[in-house]
Amino acid sequence: MLAFRAVRQLRDFVLDLALSVRPGETLVLIGENGAGKSTVLNLISGILTPDEGEITLGDKILFSSEERINVPPESRNIGHLFQSYALFPHMTVAENVAFGLRCRRLPEPEIKRAVAEQLAVMKISELADINVGRLSGGQRQRVALARALVLEPDLLLLDEPLAAVDMRAQSAMRRELRERIRETGIPCIIVTHNLRDAVELGDRLCLIEDGRLFADGRPEEVLGMRENGFIASFVG
Amino acid sequence: MDSTPSRQGREVFRHAGRVRFSRGVLTLFVAAFLVLFTLFVTLPVVSLFLRISPEAFFRSLAEPVVIDALSLSLTTATASTAIVVLFGTPLALVNARHEYPGRALVDTLTDLPIVLPPAVAGIALLMAFGRRGVVGQYLNEFGISIAFTTVAVILAQVFVASPFYIRQARASFEAVDRIYEDAARTLGASPPTVAIRVTIPLAWGGLVSGAILSFARALGEFGATIMFAGNFQGRTRTMPLAIYTTMQGDLDAAISLAIILVMISFVVIAAVKVITRRKF
Repeated sequence: MLAFRAVRQLRDFVLDLALSVRPGETLVLIGENGAGKSTVLNLISGILTPDEGEITLGDKILFSSEERINVPPESRNIGHLFQSYALFPHMTVAENVAFGLRCRRLPEPEIKRAVAEQLAVMKISELADINVGRLSGGQRQRVALARALVLEPDLLLLDEPLAAVDMRAQSAMRRELRERIRETGIPCIIVTHNLRDAVELGDRLCLIEDGRLFADGRPEEVLGMRENGFIASFVG
Repeated sequence: MDSTPSRQGREVFRHAGRVRFSRGVLTLFVAAFLVLFTLFVTLPVVSLFLRISPEAFFRSLAEPVVIDALSLSLTTATASTAIVVLFGTPLALVNARHEYPGRALVDTLTDLPIVLPPAVAGIALLMAFGRRGVVGQYLNEFGISIAFTTVAVILAQVFVASPFYIRQARASFEAVDRIYEDAARTLGASPPTVAIRVTIPLAWGGLVSGAILSFARALGEFGATIMFAGNFQGRTRTMPLAIYTTMQGDLDAAISLAIILVMISFVVIAAVKVITRRKF
């Protein structure tokens, strides 16, 4: 269970919103470009720090301006997939997936086993020794997901997870992504511009406008708010 | 009526001819300029090779003054490059990634030796670390004297060569996309781990070419060395100092040393080109 409440001054407006994610739930964030969706993910994973607020995950306080707590990103155990995937270009696929395990100083045989297992689950075992520069968008997405999931995170943050996957592969990848999220049972926040992502992946939908939570509910509820300009154009 | 198009055609043709002619003149002019300038740079270097026979070259390589200078230069330049890399890498990384009061000042100060005349660097080092210098007088009480020793040679080289590495290192660190560092943090890497496993490997090409440039500058150091470290064979007489010294008597030895330095310079340029071209 994630409880998030944060205020942060951004360039054009003040981001000020509260949201929560229940165990095993997938929350989808939608909104205009620059509304603050990616910023919310960065605040949760710890790349950015709120000016004030409180973030708790399970029984752990990750950030609290009142109690002066700020757990650094490396200790939050949150998987964060960036829009560009940010795979390390100087490493192979297997080294990328092993990165987090190496940081945790696990014994080498255990790392090897966990990486091989994760690559097999993501159906990319044959790519293990390939440099990430030579992968397609879909393959990159799988590697980034494998790199995060191998650490068994308490929460998964996905920023436009399918944007770099080419159109023809998108619906298959989306189905697969949904299955992986369901299988692992990890609570998840997804930022997207894509209506099908929102409908097929989300248990709950939040609309963010200029740093504030405008709507929060089941996808069909939120998408039914046609009087809102963004929803009207989003649903098309 | 029907003569107009052909007259226009002739005009166009004549205009094109003029353009072609003036372009030809320009090309010729630029080519001559390039040839002249290239000759100006290469001719002196080629003259070194023309003024000495291969036998004389190899004979002078066996002379003690040459051997001493060569080994002293290689060891001191290696030591000073190691010191520059050791201290310069964290400094460049901090300045590339963190905002702090006085950062601009630190940047300017680290660049200072590039514009400072070597003779000024030499006398400044002497005033600081000489026997009666600002720091040197205290070191002297502990029986430590730096001036006119091999350590002074290394200090002079560090002083003049460090900006070449630090500037290049900072630029290379700035060129690394922060998204990789952010990703590494969320995967569990502490800031030092991020630096060692992500930022430094991604900036590697730039760091190595910076270190090579710094090594080359250290190898060529003359002014600050002769003032701060003196000119003692085997202790402080590096290759440039040995060229200067032997030139008055044994010209063959001077030319041989110069040829070795030229060859090292070529290797340096080639190495930097190859390394900076390599991309992920």
